[in-house]
Amino acid sequence: MVAVWAAIDKAFTPRRSISPALGLCTSTAVAAVIISGWCIATYGGLVDTLFFPPPHRVVLAFWKVLLNGSLARNAWASLVVINLGFLLSSVIAIPLGIMMGSFRIVSAALEPVVNFTRYLPVTSMIPLLILWIGIGLNEKIAVIFIGTFFQQLVMFSDVSARVPNELFNAAYTLGANRRQVVMRVLLPATLPGVIDTLRVTMGWAWTYLVVAELVASSSGLGYMSMQAMRGLHADLIFVAILVIGFLGLVMDQIFKWIKIVALPWSRQR
Amino acid sequence: MGTVTVDSLDLRFASRHAPDVIALNNLSLEIPDKQFAVIVGPSGCGKSSLLDIIAGLREPSGGVCKLDEQPVNGPGKERGMVFQNYSLFPWLSVLKNVEFGLSLQGRSARETTERARYYVNAVGLSSFENAYPNQLSGGMKQRVAIARSLANDPEVMLMDEPFGALDSQTRTVMQQLLLGIWEKEQKTVLFVTHDIDEALYLGEKVYVMSARPGRIIDTVSVDFAHPRSYELSTSPQFIELKRRIQHSLHAEVHKALAVAAA
Repeated sequence: MVAVWAAIDKAFTPRRSISPALGLCTSTAVAAVIISGWCIATYGGLVDTLFFPPPHRVVLAFWKVLLNGSLARNAWASLVVINLGFLLSSVIAIPLGIMMGSFRIVSAALEPVVNFTRYLPVTSMIPLLILWIGIGLNEKIAVIFIGTFFQQLVMFSDVSARVPNELFNAAYTLGANRRQVVMRVLLPATLPGVIDTLRVTMGWAWTYLVVAELVASSSGLGYMSMQAMRGLHADLIFVAILVIGFLGLVMDQIFKWIKIVALPWSRQR
Repeated sequence: MGTVTVDSLDLRFASRHAPDVIALNNLSLEIPDKQFAVIVGPSGCGKSSLLDIIAGLREPSGGVCKLDEQPVNGPGKERGMVFQNYSLFPWLSVLKNVEFGLSLQGRSARETTERARYYVNAVGLSSFENAYPNQLSGGMKQRVAIARSLANDPEVMLMDEPFGALDSQTRTVMQQLLLGIWEKEQKTVLFVTHDIDEALYLGEKVYVMSARPGRIIDTVSVDFAHPRSYELSTSPQFIELKRRIQHSLHAEVHKALAVAAA
């Protein structure tokens, strides 16, 4: 008993590491509390199961859409849209942002426009985008692009601006010219920050994707949710939310993994 | 050759809300080829700025710097620099860091690697040539920085408090290593520090710099024979020279504090 209290006492010391076993127990316990809360609320009749389905109904709904192929179809549609929008945005934002952070002239040209646009909610532009491009693939890509691009630009610019001056100066005093400093110092120095930024903005891109699919779409996980709502299938909405969460987690882990494997030198020790 | 001439250098920083800061005022000095020169001065006296100007990384407000009668106009590989910290390329291994300058010149890969290996070995890091900077201690990082600068074969090595962030034991080891290399390579070195012991142990000539505005207030010839041993620092001549520099600096430090307080 005393040992348990000592362990708990230690665990609440800031920054102090805890044993892996205690960590695992704590994580499992919290997950168990959430799931049992869900069970008690639904099976115990505390909520209307029409709007708040019990776990087994969600599992069954998942099984159903998995078997009839609609889950795969909609998940694929969402993945295509998010990756196209995100790729398009990143391909332009990475070089432009890096230049913005390290070339005063580029920053003078872009910063006012970017800072204004950045605070316009993308959602407010959706009606306009629908008028201009309709409700197909392009409109959804446009929503993701606008939502991600301006944020990315500012973040990449920040990454670039934070490259220590000493690195540039070291390269110059070793005989590097301007082009060599950009290609062999600025670009590699920004890599870890670029990957971190991609990881964070990918999370935001998921939000814009779902918004675009909820508003106007004929496929995708957001669309699946919307259809389920019309038929009062709350269990299917749960499935869509969980799948979106899962896919987001997978993407996040992929970026994390890329950084560990491709940039072993960037780890903090 | 590597003769550095600094002629009536001025450095002023304009400020909108306060009077202009005069960092360097009419500073002149001449460092002959192959000399190990040390500039010692209180922090904020502009000694790092002086080094930046000679390196071509900063433009003076007035005056000129020359290397072998050639006016300095921007940075160049004939003036190598070792910074206090954060200057290794973290994405390159030790060997690749040392190869960096050579690889810019389009030399053959074999020659580049051979030369880099020689200097990695000279600073005692052969078994770490494939390590990344984040795996090295502070002292090891500075060894790499020194090797990187030497491999490029500069006419003059500018060293900006390179051991300032190290603990005193490591610093002693690094000073001995640097002296050993200098005795072999015979290069002009301009070394900046605020540590009088370091200045006297390393330098053939010690320039004492005043508080802002920075100028040279004393020039001390240090005639100890090479190779130098660290026991030197307890010899009467060493202590006498130290007292002399301390005396000039003491007044300067108080002046600096008074300026800061005003």
